Formats: sequence, C-alpha cells, structure tokens
Amino acid sequence: MTVKHLDLLVIGAGPAGIAAGLEAQRHGLDTLVLDENAYPGGQIYRSVSHSPLADPSVLGADYLRGRALVDDFERSGVAYWPQTLAWQISQDKRVSVTRQDAGGGTLQIAARAIVLAGGAQERPFPVPGWTLPGVMGVGAAQTLLKASAMVPQAPMVLAGCGPLLYLFAWQLIQAGVGIRAILDTAERGSYRAALGHMGGALRSPSYLAKGWQLLRAIRRAGVAHIKHVEALRILGEQQAEAIEYTVAGQVNRIETSLVLLHQGVIPNTQITRSIGCDHVWDDAQLCWRPRLDSWGETSVPDIFVAGDGGGIAGALAAEPSGRLAALQAAHRIGKLDAATRDSTASPLRTELARHNAIRPFLDTLYRPADGFRRPADDDTIVCRCEEVTAGEIRAMAKLGCVGPNQTKSFSRCGMGPCQGRFCGATVAELLADIQGKPVPEVGYYRIRPPIKPVTLGELAVAVPSPDGSVLPRAEFPK
Amino acid sequence: MQNDSLFKTLPRVANGTVRVFIDGMPYQVPRGLNVAAALLANGPLACRTTVVSGAERAPFCMMGVCFDCLVEIDGVPNRQGCMTPVQDGMRVRRMQGARSIA
Repeated sequence: MTVKHLDLLVIGAGPAGIAAGLEAQRHGLDTLVLDENAYPGGQIYRSVSHSPLADPSVLGADYLRGRALVDDFERSGVAYWPQTLAWQISQDKRVSVTRQDAGGGTLQIAARAIVLAGGAQERPFPVPGWTLPGVMGVGAAQTLLKASAMVPQAPMVLAGCGPLLYLFAWQLIQAGVGIRAILDTAERGSYRAALGHMGGALRSPSYLAKGWQLLRAIRRAGVAHIKHVEALRILGEQQAEAIEYTVAGQVNRIETSLVLLHQGVIPNTQITRSIGCDHVWDDAQLCWRPRLDSWGETSVPDIFVAGDGGGIAGALAAEPSGRLAALQAAHRIGKLDAATRDSTASPLRTELARHNAIRPFLDTLYRPADGFRRPADDDTIVCRCEEVTAGEIRAMAKLGCVGPNQTKSFSRCGMGPCQGRFCGATVAELLADIQGKPVPEVGYYRIRPPIKPVTLGELAVAVPSPDGSVLPRAEFPK
Repeated sequence: MQNDSLFKTLPRVANGTVRVFIDGMPYQVPRGLNVAAALLANGPLACRTTVVSGAERAPFCMMGVCFDCLVEIDGVPNRQGCMTPVQDGMRVRRMQGARSIA
C-alpha cells in the first residue's frame, strides 16, 4: 500500500477545512485537504466557484461571499484532492482514502495531525410518509439549485422550521419559483422563550436583521405561511400526493407532489464516532457532538474537529474554528511557538464568540418540537434503510433494550446502507424517553470503518500520490 | 419523460452535455450534474425499490448521507448517485429490491 506522509491532513473542504488548510500553509505545514465532492466549498458554498447557474445571485450575498474564500483556496497552492473519500481513520492518524475519479484507487495517509471538517447533515424529520419519493430535505433541494441549477417544476410545500428553510424559500422567490405553502412547525411558545436569549443575539445583530429580511420577503411575496403546525403526514401510494397538517387540533390537507422537510442541521459525527472520540449530548441543540477543547481537539490527541461537525455554529464561525485547529496543530508539530499561536488565536476567539452568541436564540426559537423528533405515530418509519418503525423501537424498549446497539441487533435498525446517520438521533431519543433516562445514558451506535462502502476493486488498486511526490512503498511480502 | 420531472432547469452556464443511459434509454444530460440529479431531471422519480418491503425510493438528501439514491453505475451496484458525477457513456440502472443470490 502506498503511504503518503504529511504534517496535516484536513478532511472536508467547506469553510472550516479551507480555513484550516490556509492557516496551516501560513505556518509552513505540509498540508493536504481532501473532500468527497468535485469542487471546494462544502455544502454551504457548494459549487460557488463553478456555479452552473447563469445568474448565481438568486442564491444571495451570503452564498456569493464564499466565492472569495474558495478562490483564495484554489490560488493558494494548498494540496487539494477532490472526489476523495476517507473511509478509515485510526487513532494513530493513519487514514485510508480512496480516490473516486478516473483511475481511482486506494492509499494510506500518515498524518502528524488531522483536522476533521465534515460539517453537518439535515436533522432526521421522521413523519408518516417521509420515505415516499417526492419528499426530500430542504437542504437537498437547495443542493440541486446550487450544484445542478435545478428548481422544483411546480409550487411545492415547505414544512418545518429553521434558518435554512426561510433562506431557501427566499431563494425560490428570487428564482421565480412558486411556493404553495410553508407549514411552520416552530412551537407556539418558542418566540417568547427565545426572547430570553436576546442579549446574546444582539451581540451579532446582522443575524437578526437577515432573518427579519427573509421573513419579510416571504410575507411580501404572498406565500401562505401557516404557523404552529403540530403534526404532519405525507400521503401517497408510490409517491407523495398530498400533505396533511394539524393546527390547533384541526387537520387540513394540501395536494402536492413535492414536500421539502427541514428542522435544522446536526453535526455529522460518523467519522469522529468511528475513530472512538468521546461525544456529548447537546441539550440545547438536541444532538450529539464530539467533546472538544478550546482548539477543537478531540479526546484523541492531535485529531481536531472544526466547523459544524463539532456543534452547529454556521459558516462564519467555521472559518475561525478551522484556523484555531490549524494553529494548535502547527504548535504541536513544532512549527509555531506558544506565544505566536496565542496572539494569532486571540482575535479568532473574539470572532468565534460573536458568531456563537446568536446560537442560544436560534436554538430556542427553532427548537424542533418533541413530536417531530420522537414520532408519536407508531407506524412512522424511523430507520429509512431497514424500515424499522417507531412502534418497533418502543416495543424493543419495553422488552428492556438498553441502547441503540441492542435495538440494532434485534431489528437491524441502523444497520442499513446509511449506517444510522438518519436514525441514530431518533432512536436514542425514543429509547431515552420510554425508559425515562437522559439521552447520554442510552448512547449511540458503535460506528466502524469503512464509514462508506469501498469495493474490493478499489481496495485492490493502490495508487501513487497524484501530486507526484516520492512515496515510500512497502513491498508485498514474499 | 422529461415533463414528468418534479424539477426544471434554470438558465445555465453553457458547459455541454454528456450522454447517459438510464435503464438502457439514452439521455443528454448537462455536464457537471451528478447521477441523482440526472435521474431527478429525467424521471422516473424512484431510483430503486427497498430491500425490505420493495417500497419505491428517490434521492432524499443529495449530500451523501441517506443512501436512498443508491443505483447501479457501469455495472457496480449500490453507488451513491448524488456523489457520482455523470460521464459520457455512463450506464445507470435503477435497482429493484434485494439482490438475488441464485
């Protein structure tokens, strides 16, 4: 197997990974940034430097500002491998990667430090009918717009809550696409509760101003914005045909062939779980995140997490968090003294704190309701891959299943192709609820490599490093 | 089949097209699309049926997380359509239920 030796490996080329790569380069670290996608930018700045849109301004200024960051990265000369999957990372920082592009194959990277910048995923939204074709994430539809210049053909229903949902509604309005209705699941008391966090929100008033502008634009466009939705059910035989929603106990129905769901994003913890990093349950954000110190270092030495993969804070917070991780990595590797590290870090910490200040307000305002995280209807599918329902999870909990690894053994819940990414949070919350325990006591799936499928053919083809560097190569034993 | 799609295309930067076969039918697809987007643009909506109940599924997350868009690409089954850019001559097949062993 070909082994490439590096100072710093950055996994993920969104704002956190790009910032980490650029900062590492400033301090002379031999750095490689790899990413599964074809272009840098992550999900937030997806395709920003290679937009397929004739008029990318429909996506708004916050998206377009990512262009400067991605351009800096592409000009920087930091080594970057697109379409590259890291599927096994050991605690001694050996990383198995497979390149998916032409002539793809597998090699190992031995890094002195690693920054994981894998970002977030959409939070599971388990409602009846959410597996039907014609139901997608709002983030999925937004990705189609950013990366493929595609928008819904006919007016659709947006259901859920959270900044991304309103932003996407605004983007659809800019693109001239009709919206049938927004079914808003933010709870009745959430606005009042969020006001208690107004002090923090006022430390970063631009977030409040932006949110207010989005909501005003949606109102002015005449979109039906139905608030305090308590229950959702998507109906259809082979694909979505209608959505039923409940407001104040009244059930209403809208005919639609496309429903876009969203109730926030959560850290994608698959990589950090597979490494064996410690995780904590975040009661405010209602998700797992890796336990990190103030540099973003995990419980495994010299392995860092930057950006939303360490807790949801948004794209603007991701950049300083990536730079902080790179600074500490540079210090560990002996390329940066502690005094310079700390003086460089100080303004970054101020910047990070400013962006984090809005979070308690947003987390409270758009807290996904209990019934949308722990489906009351027993027939609701929780594990999309193995089609395990909420009722089956409840029955297993009553039998005494103590955690997700046991329900997995009993039912294959979490054992399908997505490896629990879209059911893990729901299963843990359901089990905790039924057993009257805090979520951390219930725990999470044990995630093992490979964290994404790798074919035998890909494993069998060891590739030389595509940047032409000389690699020590082990001989096959005789 | 184009008219059945739930999605339409906004004005694009000219970047040419590639020919992709979906279940043997040829389609001209904009270069740079991924397989899941190409399927959504050209219909039919469902890209596979599940191994458990045979229910129809379509791409759901478009960012490599949910694995609902698994399809056979150039003879290799269970590839993530949303993570695979289209290439000229690519052969995509929708997958039906569990793989039979016999």
